[in-house]
Amino acid sequence: MRAVRFILLLAFVLIFLIPVYVLLATSFKPLTEADPSQAWNLPQTWTFEAWGVAWEKLRPGIWNSILLAVPGSILACALGSMNGYVLSKWRFPGADVLFTLFLFGMFIPYQGVMIPLVQLLINLDEAVGASGFFYGGLPGLILAHVVYGIPICTLIFRNYYVTIPTELIEASRVDGAGMLRTYWSVVLPVSGPAIAVVIIWQFTSLWNDFLFAVFLASPQNWPTTVMLNNIAGAQATPYSQQMAAAILSSIPTMLIYVFLGRFFMRGLMAGALKG
Amino acid sequence: MRRARTWLPGLLLVAPSIVAIGVFVYGMLGWNFRLAMTDKHTSRQQDEQFVGLENFIAIWDQPRWHLSVEHAIKFTVVFVVGALVLGWFLAFLMEKGIRGEGTFRTIYLFPMAVSFIATGIVWRWLMNSGQGERAVGLNRLFDAVGLPQWAWFRDQDWGMAAMAIPAVWQMSGYVMALFLAGFRGVPEELREAARVDGCTEWGVYRHVVLPLLRPVTLSALIILGHISLKVFDLIMAVSGKQIVTDVPAVFMWVTVFDSDDPAKGATIAAYIVLAVAIFVIPYLVWSVRKEKDR
Repeated sequence: MRAVRFILLLAFVLIFLIPVYVLLATSFKPLTEADPSQAWNLPQTWTFEAWGVAWEKLRPGIWNSILLAVPGSILACALGSMNGYVLSKWRFPGADVLFTLFLFGMFIPYQGVMIPLVQLLINLDEAVGASGFFYGGLPGLILAHVVYGIPICTLIFRNYYVTIPTELIEASRVDGAGMLRTYWSVVLPVSGPAIAVVIIWQFTSLWNDFLFAVFLASPQNWPTTVMLNNIAGAQATPYSQQMAAAILSSIPTMLIYVFLGRFFMRGLMAGALKG
Repeated sequence: MRRARTWLPGLLLVAPSIVAIGVFVYGMLGWNFRLAMTDKHTSRQQDEQFVGLENFIAIWDQPRWHLSVEHAIKFTVVFVVGALVLGWFLAFLMEKGIRGEGTFRTIYLFPMAVSFIATGIVWRWLMNSGQGERAVGLNRLFDAVGLPQWAWFRDQDWGMAAMAIPAVWQMSGYVMALFLAGFRGVPEELREAARVDGCTEWGVYRHVVLPLLRPVTLSALIILGHISLKVFDLIMAVSGKQIVTDVPAVFMWVTVFDSDDPAKGATIAAYIVLAVAIFVIPYLVWSVRKEKDR
Protein backbone atom coordinates (compact mmCIF):
# COMPACT_ATOMS: atom_id res chain seq x y z
CA MET A 1 0.00 0.00 0.00
CA ARG A 2 2.78 2.37 0.92
CA ALA A 3 4.47 1.79 -2.45
CA VAL A 4 1.21 2.43 -4.33
CA ARG A 5 0.73 5.71 -2.51
CA PHE A 6 4.30 6.73 -3.24
CA ILE A 7 3.98 5.96 -6.96
CA LEU A 8 0.69 7.88 -7.19
CA LEU A 9 2.24 10.89 -5.48
CA LEU A 10 5.18 10.71 -7.85
CA ALA A 11 2.85 10.58 -10.86
CA PHE A 12 1.13 13.74 -9.62
CA VAL A 13 4.50 15.42 -9.22
CA LEU A 14 5.23 14.74 -12.89
CA ILE A 15 1.86 16.20 -13.93
CA PHE A 16 2.36 19.24 -11.69
CA LEU A 17 5.75 19.91 -13.23
CA ILE A 18 4.64 19.81 -16.89
CA PRO A 19 4.18 23.62 -17.01
CA VAL A 20 7.63 24.08 -15.46
CA TYR A 21 9.22 21.90 -18.14
CA VAL A 22 7.44 23.87 -20.88
CA LEU A 23 8.56 27.20 -19.37
CA LEU A 24 12.19 26.22 -19.12
CA ALA A 25 12.53 24.26 -22.36
CA THR A 26 10.77 26.90 -24.46
CA SER A 27 12.59 29.86 -22.91
CA PHE A 28 16.02 28.51 -23.93
CA LYS A 29 15.04 27.80 -27.55
CA PRO A 30 16.35 29.91 -30.42
CA LEU A 31 13.73 31.30 -32.82
CA THR A 32 14.73 28.74 -35.46
CA GLU A 33 13.32 25.99 -33.25
CA ALA A 34 9.96 27.71 -32.74
CA ASP A 35 8.21 25.20 -35.04
CA PRO A 36 5.13 23.39 -33.60
CA SER A 37 6.67 20.04 -34.53
CA GLN A 38 9.41 20.65 -31.95
CA ALA A 39 7.03 21.99 -29.32
CA TRP A 40 7.85 19.40 -26.66
CA ASN A 41 11.53 18.88 -27.51
CA LEU A 42 14.36 20.20 -25.44
CA PRO A 43 16.30 22.94 -27.26
CA GLN A 44 18.92 21.60 -29.67
CA THR A 45 21.01 24.71 -29.14
CA TRP A 46 20.53 26.38 -25.79
CA THR A 47 20.49 30.15 -25.87
CA PHE A 48 19.85 33.05 -23.48
CA GLU A 49 18.65 35.18 -26.40
CA ALA A 50 14.98 35.24 -25.30
CA TRP A 51 15.96 35.89 -21.69
CA GLY A 52 17.91 38.99 -22.69
CA VAL A 53 15.02 40.44 -24.68
CA ALA A 54 12.48 39.57 -21.99
CA TRP A 55 14.62 41.19 -19.30
CA GLU A 56 14.90 44.42 -21.27
CA LYS A 57 11.13 44.54 -21.80
CA LEU A 58 10.26 43.64 -18.23
CA ARG A 59 12.85 45.67 -16.33
CA PRO A 60 10.81 48.87 -15.75
CA GLY A 61 7.95 46.74 -14.43
CA ILE A 62 10.20 44.86 -12.03
CA TRP A 63 11.52 48.14 -10.65
CA ASN A 64 7.95 49.44 -10.20
CA SER A 65 6.98 46.21 -8.45
CA ILE A 66 9.85 46.62 -5.98
CA LEU A 67 8.91 50.27 -5.31
CA LEU A 68 5.36 49.08 -4.73
CA ALA A 69 5.78 45.86 -2.80
CA VAL A 70 8.47 46.88 -0.29
CA PRO A 71 6.77 49.94 1.28
CA GLY A 72 3.36 48.32 0.81
CA SER A 73 4.30 45.27 2.87
CA ILE A 74 6.09 47.22 5.61
CA LEU A 75 3.23 49.67 6.16
CA ALA A 76 0.54 46.98 6.21
CA CYS A 77 2.68 44.96 8.62
CA ALA A 78 3.04 47.90 11.03
CA LEU A 79 -0.70 48.59 11.06
CA GLY A 80 -1.55 44.89 11.35
CA SER A 81 0.79 44.47 14.30
CA MET A 82 -0.75 47.35 16.28
CA ASN A 83 -4.30 46.21 15.50
CA GLY A 84 -3.52 42.61 16.39
CA TYR A 85 -2.01 43.71 19.70
CA VAL A 86 -5.03 45.79 20.69
CA LEU A 87 -7.58 43.22 19.53
CA SER A 88 -5.91 40.44 21.51
CA LYS A 89 -4.39 42.11 24.58
CA TRP A 90 -5.84 45.57 25.03
CA ARG A 91 -9.41 44.95 24.08
CA PHE A 92 -12.19 47.52 24.11
CA PRO A 93 -15.99 46.95 24.14
CA GLY A 94 -17.13 45.70 20.74
CA ALA A 95 -13.69 44.44 19.74
CA ASP A 96 -15.09 41.14 18.45
CA VAL A 97 -17.69 42.79 16.26
CA LEU A 98 -15.03 45.10 14.90
CA PHE A 99 -12.76 42.16 14.17
CA THR A 100 -15.52 40.42 12.21
CA LEU A 101 -16.13 43.61 10.25
CA PHE A 102 -12.41 43.75 9.47
CA LEU A 103 -12.38 40.12 8.34
CA PHE A 104 -15.11 40.74 5.79
CA GLY A 105 -12.68 43.15 4.14
CA MET A 106 -10.47 40.14 3.42
CA PHE A 107 -13.12 38.40 1.37
CA ILE A 108 -14.71 41.23 -0.58
CA PRO A 109 -14.28 41.02 -4.33
CA TYR A 110 -12.24 44.14 -5.03
CA GLN A 111 -14.31 44.78 -8.14
CA GLY A 112 -16.97 46.01 -5.72
CA VAL A 113 -14.83 48.95 -4.58
CA MET A 114 -12.87 49.67 -7.74
CA ILE A 115 -14.98 52.34 -9.49
CA PRO A 116 -15.45 54.49 -6.33
CA LEU A 117 -11.78 53.94 -5.46
CA VAL A 118 -10.70 55.42 -8.79
CA GLN A 119 -12.96 58.40 -8.13
CA LEU A 120 -11.62 58.84 -4.59
CA LEU A 121 -8.01 58.79 -5.81
CA ILE A 122 -8.86 61.41 -8.45
CA ASN A 123 -10.45 63.54 -5.71
CA LEU A 124 -7.34 63.12 -3.55
CA ASP A 125 -5.22 64.27 -6.50
CA GLU A 126 -7.35 67.40 -6.77
CA ALA A 127 -7.08 67.96 -3.02
CA VAL A 128 -3.28 67.87 -3.06
CA GLY A 129 -3.11 69.62 -6.43
CA ALA A 130 -0.95 66.98 -8.10
CA SER A 131 -2.59 65.19 -11.00
CA GLY A 132 -1.47 61.57 -11.34
CA PHE A 133 0.00 61.30 -7.84
CA PHE A 134 -2.66 59.01 -6.38
CA TYR A 135 -4.65 57.94 -9.46
CA GLY A 136 -2.13 56.44 -11.85
CA GLY A 137 0.81 56.84 -9.51
CA LEU A 138 2.49 54.37 -7.19
CA PRO A 139 1.40 56.18 -3.97
CA GLY A 140 -2.26 55.53 -4.82
CA LEU A 141 -1.56 51.88 -5.60
CA ILE A 142 0.41 51.48 -2.36
CA LEU A 143 -2.41 53.14 -0.40
CA ALA A 144 -4.94 50.69 -1.83
CA HIS A 145 -2.77 47.66 -1.11
CA VAL A 146 -2.02 48.77 2.44
CA VAL A 147 -5.66 49.43 3.30
CA TYR A 148 -6.98 46.19 1.78
CA GLY A 149 -4.06 44.34 3.40
CA ILE A 150 -5.07 45.46 6.91
CA PRO A 151 -7.61 42.64 7.49
CA ILE A 152 -5.29 39.69 6.78
CA CYS A 153 -2.33 41.32 8.57
CA THR A 154 -4.48 42.05 11.61
CA LEU A 155 -5.75 38.46 11.60
CA ILE A 156 -2.27 36.93 11.49
CA PHE A 157 -0.92 39.18 14.26
CA ARG A 158 -3.98 38.76 16.45
CA ASN A 159 -3.82 34.99 16.25
CA TYR A 160 -0.13 35.12 17.05
CA TYR A 161 -0.42 37.54 19.98
CA VAL A 162 -3.21 35.48 21.55
CA THR A 163 -0.53 32.91 22.39
CA ILE A 164 1.52 35.43 24.43
CA PRO A 165 0.68 34.74 28.11
CA THR A 166 -1.56 37.47 29.50
CA GLU A 167 0.55 37.37 32.73
CA LEU A 168 3.40 38.99 30.80
CA ILE A 169 1.17 41.89 29.81
CA GLU A 170 -0.25 42.16 33.33
CA ALA A 171 3.23 42.16 34.86
CA SER A 172 4.24 44.97 32.57
CA ARG A 173 1.11 46.91 33.58
CA VAL A 174 1.83 46.40 37.26
CA ASP A 175 5.30 47.80 36.63
CA GLY A 176 3.54 50.95 35.48
CA ALA A 177 4.05 50.56 31.75
CA GLY A 178 1.29 51.91 29.54
CA MET A 179 -0.12 50.38 26.38
CA LEU A 180 2.54 51.62 23.98
CA ARG A 181 5.39 50.89 26.38
CA THR A 182 4.15 47.33 26.85
CA TYR A 183 3.85 46.91 23.09
CA TRP A 184 7.34 48.21 22.53
CA SER A 185 9.16 46.30 25.27
CA VAL A 186 7.14 43.09 25.69
CA VAL A 187 5.16 42.33 22.54
CA LEU A 188 7.29 43.63 19.68
CA PRO A 189 10.48 41.79 20.72
CA VAL A 190 8.72 38.41 20.39
CA SER A 191 6.88 39.29 17.15
CA GLY A 192 9.61 38.07 14.80
CA PRO A 193 7.85 35.03 13.34
CA ALA A 194 4.56 36.86 12.81
CA ILE A 195 6.36 39.75 11.13
CA ALA A 196 8.06 37.30 8.78
CA VAL A 197 4.74 35.64 7.91
CA VAL A 198 2.99 38.96 7.26
CA ILE A 199 5.80 40.54 5.23
CA ILE A 200 6.10 37.44 3.05
CA TRP A 201 2.35 37.19 2.57
CA GLN A 202 1.96 40.87 1.70
CA PHE A 203 5.01 40.95 -0.56
CA THR A 204 3.80 37.91 -2.50
CA SER A 205 0.27 39.23 -2.94
CA LEU A 206 1.48 42.69 -3.93
CA TRP A 207 4.00 41.26 -6.36
CA ASN A 208 1.39 39.01 -7.97
CA ASP A 209 -1.48 41.51 -8.00
CA PHE A 210 -2.96 42.34 -11.37
CA LEU A 211 -6.45 43.71 -10.67
CA PHE A 212 -5.49 46.83 -8.68
CA ALA A 213 -2.58 47.58 -11.00
CA VAL A 214 -4.65 47.37 -14.15
CA PHE A 215 -7.33 49.68 -12.71
CA LEU A 216 -5.14 52.17 -10.87
CA ALA A 217 -1.67 52.42 -12.44
CA SER A 218 -0.74 54.51 -15.45
CA PRO A 219 1.62 52.93 -18.05
CA GLN A 220 4.88 54.31 -16.66
CA ASN A 221 3.96 52.86 -13.25
CA TRP A 222 2.85 49.44 -14.43
CA PRO A 223 4.18 46.67 -12.21
CA THR A 224 5.57 43.37 -13.51
CA THR A 225 2.25 41.55 -13.88
CA VAL A 226 0.71 44.17 -16.18
CA MET A 227 3.90 44.44 -18.25
CA LEU A 228 4.04 40.67 -18.51
CA ASN A 229 0.43 40.43 -19.62
CA ASN A 230 1.07 43.04 -22.33
CA ILE A 231 4.23 41.28 -23.53
CA ALA A 232 2.39 37.98 -23.73
CA GLY A 233 -0.71 39.54 -25.24
CA ALA A 234 1.19 40.92 -28.22
CA GLN A 235 0.84 38.43 -31.08
CA ALA A 236 4.35 39.24 -32.31
CA THR A 237 6.10 38.10 -29.12
CA PRO A 238 7.66 34.65 -29.67
CA TYR A 239 6.83 31.94 -27.15
CA SER A 240 10.45 31.77 -26.01
CA GLN A 241 10.33 35.42 -24.87
CA GLN A 242 6.89 35.01 -23.25
CA MET A 243 8.10 32.04 -21.22
CA ALA A 244 11.38 33.72 -20.23
CA ALA A 245 9.43 36.80 -19.11
CA ALA A 246 7.04 34.62 -17.11
CA ILE A 247 9.95 32.99 -15.30
CA LEU A 248 11.75 36.29 -14.69
CA SER A 249 8.62 37.83 -13.20
CA SER A 250 8.24 34.90 -10.81
CA ILE A 251 11.83 34.70 -9.55
CA PRO A 252 11.42 36.95 -6.46
CA THR A 253 8.38 35.13 -5.09
CA MET A 254 9.80 31.71 -5.99
CA LEU A 255 13.01 32.50 -4.08
CA ILE A 256 10.94 33.50 -1.06
CA TYR A 257 8.90 30.33 -1.37
CA VAL A 258 11.94 28.07 -1.61
CA PHE A 259 13.94 29.65 1.20
CA LEU A 260 11.19 30.86 3.53
CA GLY A 261 8.48 28.34 2.67
CA ARG A 262 7.72 27.70 6.34
CA PHE A 263 6.53 31.28 6.85
CA PHE A 264 4.74 31.31 3.51
CA MET A 265 2.76 28.24 4.60
CA ARG A 266 1.69 29.86 7.86
CA GLY A 267 0.38 32.86 5.97
CA LEU A 268 -1.62 30.55 3.73
CA MET A 269 -3.11 28.76 6.70
CA ALA A 270 -4.04 32.07 8.31
CA GLY A 271 -6.00 32.85 5.16
CA ALA A 272 -8.21 29.93 6.12
CA LEU A 273 -8.95 31.63 9.46
CA LYS A 274 -6.90 29.08 11.37
CA GLY A 275 -4.21 30.07 13.85
CA MET B 1 -17.24 46.70 32.12
CA ARG B 2 -13.79 48.07 32.75
CA ARG B 3 -13.36 51.79 32.94
CA ALA B 4 -12.80 53.75 29.77
CA ARG B 5 -9.32 54.77 30.87
CA THR B 6 -8.11 51.23 30.44
CA TRP B 7 -9.54 50.56 26.98
CA LEU B 8 -9.59 53.97 25.37
CA PRO B 9 -5.87 53.98 24.37
CA GLY B 10 -6.41 50.69 22.53
CA LEU B 11 -9.33 52.08 20.60
CA LEU B 12 -7.25 55.13 19.67
CA LEU B 13 -4.42 52.97 18.37
CA VAL B 14 -6.81 51.03 16.12
CA ALA B 15 -8.70 54.16 15.08
CA PRO B 16 -6.71 54.84 11.88
CA SER B 17 -7.43 51.31 10.66
CA ILE B 18 -11.10 51.58 11.64
CA VAL B 19 -11.39 54.75 9.59
CA ALA B 20 -9.50 53.20 6.66
CA ILE B 21 -11.61 50.02 6.61
CA GLY B 22 -14.76 52.04 7.20
CA VAL B 23 -14.07 54.29 4.22
CA PHE B 24 -12.33 51.93 1.81
CA VAL B 25 -14.34 48.77 2.43
CA TYR B 26 -17.80 49.76 3.64
CA GLY B 27 -17.88 53.30 2.29
CA MET B 28 -16.76 52.19 -1.16
CA LEU B 29 -19.15 49.24 -1.24
CA GLY B 30 -21.98 51.59 -0.36
CA TRP B 31 -20.84 54.15 -2.91
CA ASN B 32 -20.68 51.42 -5.54
CA PHE B 33 -24.24 50.28 -4.78
CA ARG B 34 -25.44 53.87 -4.94
CA LEU B 35 -23.70 54.40 -8.28
CA ALA B 36 -25.30 51.20 -9.56
CA MET B 37 -28.69 52.75 -8.80
CA THR B 38 -28.12 55.84 -10.96
CA ASP B 39 -28.27 56.54 -14.70
CA LYS B 40 -24.61 57.63 -14.92
CA HIS B 41 -23.94 55.85 -18.21
CA THR B 42 -20.87 57.88 -19.22
CA SER B 43 -18.17 59.08 -16.85
CA ARG B 44 -18.62 62.70 -18.06
CA GLN B 45 -22.25 62.84 -16.97
CA GLN B 46 -22.64 65.15 -13.97
CA ASP B 47 -26.30 65.25 -12.93
CA GLU B 48 -27.04 61.56 -12.53
CA GLN B 49 -30.52 60.58 -11.38
CA PHE B 50 -31.51 57.88 -8.92
CA VAL B 51 -33.18 55.06 -10.86
CA GLY B 52 -33.56 52.40 -8.17
CA LEU B 53 -32.97 48.85 -9.26
CA GLU B 54 -33.43 49.59 -12.96
CA ASN B 55 -29.84 48.70 -13.89
CA PHE B 56 -29.98 45.51 -11.86
CA ILE B 57 -33.01 44.38 -13.87
CA ALA B 58 -31.98 45.76 -17.26
CA ILE B 59 -28.72 43.82 -17.31
CA TRP B 60 -30.65 40.54 -17.53
CA ASP B 61 -31.82 41.63 -20.99
CA GLN B 62 -28.25 41.40 -22.23
CA PRO B 63 -27.18 38.09 -23.80
CA ARG B 64 -23.57 38.77 -22.79
CA TRP B 65 -24.53 38.98 -19.12
CA HIS B 66 -26.32 35.63 -19.29
CA LEU B 67 -23.27 34.14 -20.97
CA SER B 68 -20.82 35.50 -18.39
CA VAL B 69 -22.94 34.28 -15.47
CA GLU B 70 -23.26 30.86 -17.06
CA HIS B 71 -19.50 30.77 -17.60
CA ALA B 72 -18.80 31.77 -14.00
CA ILE B 73 -21.08 28.98 -12.73
CA LYS B 74 -19.48 26.34 -14.95
CA PHE B 75 -16.01 27.51 -13.97
CA THR B 76 -16.89 27.53 -10.29
CA VAL B 77 -18.35 24.03 -10.30
CA VAL B 78 -15.41 22.44 -12.14
CA PHE B 79 -12.79 24.42 -10.24
CA VAL B 80 -14.20 23.95 -6.74
CA VAL B 81 -15.00 20.27 -7.16
CA GLY B 82 -11.72 19.61 -8.99
CA ALA B 83 -9.51 21.36 -6.44
CA LEU B 84 -11.38 19.86 -3.48
CA VAL B 85 -11.18 16.30 -4.79
CA LEU B 86 -7.57 16.52 -5.96
CA GLY B 87 -6.42 18.35 -2.82
CA TRP B 88 -8.22 15.89 -0.60
CA PHE B 89 -6.79 12.92 -2.49
CA LEU B 90 -3.21 14.21 -2.25
CA ALA B 91 -3.63 14.78 1.49
CA PHE B 92 -5.18 11.33 1.85
CA LEU B 93 -2.16 9.76 0.13
CA MET B 94 0.21 11.62 2.45
CA GLU B 95 -1.57 11.71 5.78
CA LYS B 96 0.04 8.61 7.30
CA GLY B 97 3.49 9.93 6.53
CA ILE B 98 5.49 9.05 3.45
CA ARG B 99 9.15 9.27 2.48
CA GLY B 100 9.95 12.65 0.94
CA GLU B 101 6.75 14.26 2.26
CA GLY B 102 8.39 17.67 2.52
CA THR B 103 9.48 17.56 -1.12
CA PHE B 104 6.04 16.45 -2.32
CA ARG B 105 4.38 19.24 -0.38
CA THR B 106 6.81 21.83 -1.72
CA ILE B 107 6.12 20.80 -5.31
CA TYR B 108 2.32 20.63 -5.00
CA LEU B 109 2.22 24.03 -3.34
CA PHE B 110 4.67 26.03 -5.44
CA PRO B 111 2.07 27.32 -7.96
CA MET B 112 0.55 29.32 -5.08
CA ALA B 113 3.65 31.52 -5.02
CA VAL B 114 3.33 32.50 -8.68
CA SER B 115 0.86 34.94 -10.27
CA PHE B 116 -2.02 33.75 -12.43
CA ILE B 117 -0.61 36.05 -15.11
CA ALA B 118 2.69 34.12 -15.25
CA THR B 119 1.13 30.67 -15.14
CA GLY B 120 -1.60 31.79 -17.55
CA ILE B 121 1.08 32.23 -20.22
CA VAL B 122 2.12 28.58 -20.03
CA TRP B 123 -1.44 27.34 -19.86
CA ARG B 124 -2.40 29.35 -22.91
CA TRP B 125 0.39 27.53 -24.75
CA LEU B 126 -0.59 24.15 -23.28
CA MET B 127 -4.27 24.64 -24.10
CA ASN B 128 -3.67 26.10 -27.56
CA SER B 129 -6.61 25.17 -29.77
CA GLY B 130 -4.47 24.57 -32.89
CA GLN B 131 -4.89 21.05 -34.23
CA GLY B 132 -3.14 18.72 -36.66
CA GLU B 133 0.04 20.22 -38.08
CA ARG B 134 -0.41 23.47 -36.18
CA ALA B 135 -0.93 21.77 -32.85
CA VAL B 136 1.33 22.77 -29.97
CA GLY B 137 0.92 22.12 -26.28
CA LEU B 138 -1.36 19.42 -24.99
CA ASN B 139 -3.04 18.84 -28.34
CA ARG B 140 0.30 17.75 -29.84
CA LEU B 141 1.04 15.61 -26.81
CA PHE B 142 -2.43 14.04 -26.94
CA ASP B 143 -2.06 13.36 -30.65
CA ALA B 144 1.26 11.61 -30.03
CA VAL B 145 -0.28 9.22 -27.49
CA GLY B 146 -3.51 8.71 -29.47
CA LEU B 147 -5.89 10.88 -27.44
CA PRO B 148 -8.37 13.15 -29.27
CA GLN B 149 -7.46 16.80 -29.82
CA TRP B 150 -9.73 19.49 -28.46
CA ALA B 151 -10.38 23.25 -28.72
CA TRP B 152 -9.83 23.59 -24.94
CA PHE B 153 -11.02 26.95 -23.64
CA ARG B 154 -12.29 27.91 -27.11
CA ASP B 155 -14.87 25.13 -26.93
CA GLN B 156 -18.39 26.64 -26.96
CA ASP B 157 -19.88 24.36 -24.32
CA TRP B 158 -17.05 23.08 -22.19
CA GLY B 159 -14.47 25.83 -22.60
CA MET B 160 -14.90 27.00 -19.03
CA ALA B 161 -14.15 23.50 -17.77
CA ALA B 162 -10.81 23.74 -19.58
CA MET B 163 -10.28 27.20 -18.08
CA ALA B 164 -10.68 25.64 -14.64
CA ILE B 165 -7.74 23.26 -15.20
CA PRO B 166 -5.02 25.88 -14.55
CA ALA B 167 -6.95 27.07 -11.51
CA VAL B 168 -7.14 23.53 -10.14
CA TRP B 169 -3.42 23.14 -10.80
CA GLN B 170 -2.72 26.39 -8.97
CA MET B 171 -4.95 25.87 -5.93
CA SER B 172 -5.15 22.14 -5.18
CA GLY B 173 -1.82 22.20 -3.31
CA TYR B 174 -3.38 24.71 -0.94
CA VAL B 175 -6.40 22.49 -0.40
CA MET B 176 -4.01 19.60 0.21
CA ALA B 177 -2.22 21.60 2.92
CA LEU B 178 -5.57 22.42 4.58
CA PHE B 179 -6.72 18.80 4.53
CA LEU B 180 -3.34 17.52 5.68
CA ALA B 181 -3.56 19.76 8.74
CA GLY B 182 -7.12 18.48 9.23
CA PHE B 183 -6.08 14.81 8.98
CA ARG B 184 -3.23 15.37 11.43
CA GLY B 185 -5.62 17.08 13.84
CA VAL B 186 -7.61 13.86 14.32
CA PRO B 187 -6.35 12.37 17.62
CA GLU B 188 -4.79 8.93 17.15
CA GLU B 189 -6.69 7.70 20.27
CA LEU B 190 -10.00 8.25 18.45
CA ARG B 191 -8.89 6.09 15.52
CA GLU B 192 -7.53 3.49 17.92
CA ALA B 193 -10.77 3.44 19.89
CA ALA B 194 -12.75 2.89 16.69
CA ARG B 195 -10.45 0.02 15.71
CA VAL B 196 -10.89 -1.57 19.14
CA ASP B 197 -14.64 -1.32 18.61
CA GLY B 198 -14.19 -3.43 15.50
CA CYS B 199 -14.11 -0.78 12.79
CA THR B 200 -12.28 -1.65 9.59
CA GLU B 201 -9.67 0.83 8.36
CA TRP B 202 -12.28 2.09 5.86
CA GLY B 203 -14.84 2.31 8.66
CA VAL B 204 -12.43 4.45 10.69
CA TYR B 205 -12.24 6.91 7.79
CA ARG B 206 -15.93 6.83 7.12
CA HIS B 207 -17.16 7.28 10.70
CA VAL B 208 -14.30 8.99 12.54
CA VAL B 209 -11.99 10.91 10.23
CA LEU B 210 -14.34 12.27 7.56
CA PRO B 211 -16.86 13.79 9.99
CA LEU B 212 -14.00 15.55 11.78
CA LEU B 213 -12.83 16.99 8.44
CA ARG B 214 -16.12 18.82 7.86
CA PRO B 215 -14.93 22.21 9.19
CA VAL B 216 -11.81 22.03 7.00
CA THR B 217 -13.93 21.14 3.99
CA LEU B 218 -16.16 24.12 4.69
CA SER B 219 -13.17 26.48 4.95
CA ALA B 220 -11.74 25.15 1.69
CA LEU B 221 -15.12 25.49 0.01
CA ILE B 222 -15.47 29.13 1.05
CA ILE B 223 -11.94 30.03 -0.01
CA LEU B 224 -12.22 28.32 -3.40
CA GLY B 225 -15.71 29.67 -3.98
CA HIS B 226 -14.86 33.30 -3.35
CA ILE B 227 -11.75 33.06 -5.52
CA SER B 228 -13.80 31.51 -8.27
CA LEU B 229 -16.66 34.01 -8.37
CA LYS B 230 -14.33 36.95 -8.87
CA VAL B 231 -11.85 35.22 -11.20
CA PHE B 232 -10.19 37.80 -13.45
CA ASP B 233 -6.39 37.50 -13.74
CA LEU B 234 -6.41 33.94 -15.05
CA ILE B 235 -9.01 34.63 -17.72
CA MET B 236 -7.20 37.78 -18.84
CA ALA B 237 -3.88 35.93 -19.07
CA VAL B 238 -5.20 32.88 -20.90
CA SER B 239 -7.77 34.31 -23.29
CA GLY B 240 -8.06 38.07 -22.74
CA LYS B 241 -11.41 39.68 -23.47
CA GLN B 242 -12.78 36.95 -25.74
CA ILE B 243 -16.51 36.40 -25.37
CA VAL B 244 -16.06 32.63 -25.32
CA THR B 245 -14.53 32.85 -21.82
CA ASP B 246 -16.30 36.00 -20.60
CA VAL B 247 -17.03 36.15 -16.85
CA PRO B 248 -18.62 38.96 -14.78
CA ALA B 249 -15.25 40.35 -13.63
CA VAL B 250 -13.99 40.64 -17.23
CA PHE B 251 -17.34 42.00 -18.39
CA MET B 252 -17.11 44.65 -15.67
CA TRP B 253 -13.61 45.66 -16.75
CA VAL B 254 -14.70 45.99 -20.38
CA THR B 255 -17.76 47.98 -19.30
CA VAL B 256 -15.68 50.45 -17.31
CA PHE B 257 -12.75 50.87 -19.70
CA ASP B 258 -14.04 50.14 -23.20
CA SER B 259 -17.72 51.11 -22.94
CA ASP B 260 -17.16 53.83 -20.28
CA ASP B 261 -20.40 53.03 -18.44
CA PRO B 262 -19.82 53.52 -14.69
CA ALA B 263 -23.38 52.71 -13.61
CA LYS B 264 -23.42 49.42 -15.49
CA GLY B 265 -19.91 48.54 -14.30
CA ALA B 266 -21.00 49.21 -10.73
CA THR B 267 -24.06 47.01 -11.25
CA ILE B 268 -21.93 44.07 -12.36
CA ALA B 269 -19.53 44.68 -9.45
CA ALA B 270 -22.48 44.78 -7.05
CA TYR B 271 -23.68 41.40 -8.32
CA ILE B 272 -20.20 39.92 -7.77
CA VAL B 273 -20.17 41.31 -4.21
CA LEU B 274 -23.63 39.89 -3.50
CA ALA B 275 -22.67 36.47 -4.86
CA VAL B 276 -19.66 36.32 -2.54
CA ALA B 277 -21.35 37.92 0.48
CA ILE B 278 -24.23 35.42 0.49
CA PHE B 279 -21.99 32.65 1.71
CA VAL B 280 -19.00 34.49 3.21
CA ILE B 281 -20.97 36.49 5.82
CA PRO B 282 -22.62 33.46 7.46
CA TYR B 283 -19.24 31.71 7.40
CA LEU B 284 -17.47 34.61 9.12
CA VAL B 285 -20.13 34.93 11.79
CA TRP B 286 -19.99 31.18 12.33
CA SER B 287 -16.21 30.99 12.63
CA VAL B 288 -15.87 33.97 14.97
CA ARG B 289 -18.62 32.50 17.20
CA LYS B 290 -16.95 29.10 17.17
CA GLU B 291 -13.69 30.68 18.25
CA LYS B 292 -15.40 32.45 21.14
CA ASP B 293 -16.88 29.17 22.38
CA ARG B 294 -13.47 27.60 22.58
